[in-house]
Amino acid sequence: MTTALFFLFAGLAIACAISMVYHKNPLYSAISLIGVFIALSCIYVTLAAPFIAAVQVLIYAGAIMVLVIFVIMLLNLDEDRPLSRLNYLYGVGAGLGLVLLVQTLFIFYAVARSPKQPVTQGETVGRTLSIGSAMYTKYLLPVEIVGVLLLMAIIGAVILVRRLNQPELELVVAEELTRRHEEEEIGDYRITI
Amino acid sequence: MEPSLASYLALSGILFTIGAAGVIFKRNAIGMFMCIELMLNAVNLTFVAFSRYYADVTGQLFVFMVMSVAAAEAAVGLGIIIAFFRNRISVDVDDASILKN
Repeated sequence: MTTALFFLFAGLAIACAISMVYHKNPLYSAISLIGVFIALSCIYVTLAAPFIAAVQVLIYAGAIMVLVIFVIMLLNLDEDRPLSRLNYLYGVGAGLGLVLLVQTLFIFYAVARSPKQPVTQGETVGRTLSIGSAMYTKYLLPVEIVGVLLLMAIIGAVILVRRLNQPELELVVAEELTRRHEEEEIGDYRITI
Repeated sequence: MEPSLASYLALSGILFTIGAAGVIFKRNAIGMFMCIELMLNAVNLTFVAFSRYYADVTGQLFVFMVMSVAAAEAAVGLGIIIAFFRNRISVDVDDASILKN
C-alpha cells in the first residue's frame, strides 16, 4: 500500500518537475512547482512525518509560492524566450544533467548494495511534540540563529526594494538601455512598459 | 510493505537533477529561483527519509531549518529580482551585464 502510494506521488512529483522546467511561461512553471510541493507533502505523510507535511503545504505551497506568483503578476512577465547566441548552453545543461543523473544512479546502486537498514517503528519521531521538544532543548542555538537570519532577511528585503533617489544612477541606466537598443535591432524580446 | 530507503534517495536525486538542469536551461531569474526551490525540496526529502529510517528527529528538525532559510531566500531573492527589473525592465539574467567588460 505504502509502496503504491510512493510510486504514485513520486511519479506526480517528477512529472510536475519536468513540466516546471519545460514550460516557458513563468506562471505555468509556478503552478507545476506547487504540484511538486503537494506531491512531496503526501510522501512525507507516508514517511510518518505529519508535522513536516503540514509545514510543507503551509510554508512552501502557501507562503513562498504566493510570494513568487505575486511577483510574476506584479512584473507582468512575458514568456521566456531563448537567445540564439547562448544555444550551446543547452548542450552544457544536458551534459551536466546527465552527470548528475549518473551520480544519482550510483547512489541508488550503493544504497541498494549496503546492508538493509530495518524500518524502525518509531511512532513518536514525526510528532509535533518530539520535534518541538528537540527544537527548544537540544537544538536551541540553531533555532536562534535561524531567527536572526530571518530578521536579517526582512531588513535586507526592505532595504533592497526601497526606491532610491539617485538621479545619476537612473541616467546611467537610461544611457545603457538606449545604447543597447541601438546596438541590436532585435530588442523586442525585452518587456516594454 | 514500505519502499526501501534507496527509492526515496533516487526520487530525491532525480528531482535535484531536474532542478539543476532547470537552473541552466532557464533564462529568467524567477524560473531559476523556482528551480533552486525544487533542489532544496529534493534535499528535504532525503532528510525526512533518513529521519524515518534511523528513527531520529534531527533530520526533520533540519528540514524546518532549510524551510526557514528558503523563506529568507525567497524574500531577499524576490527583492533582488524586483530591484533588477526596476533598473533593466527585464528579468532576463543575460541582461545583468553591468560588470561585464
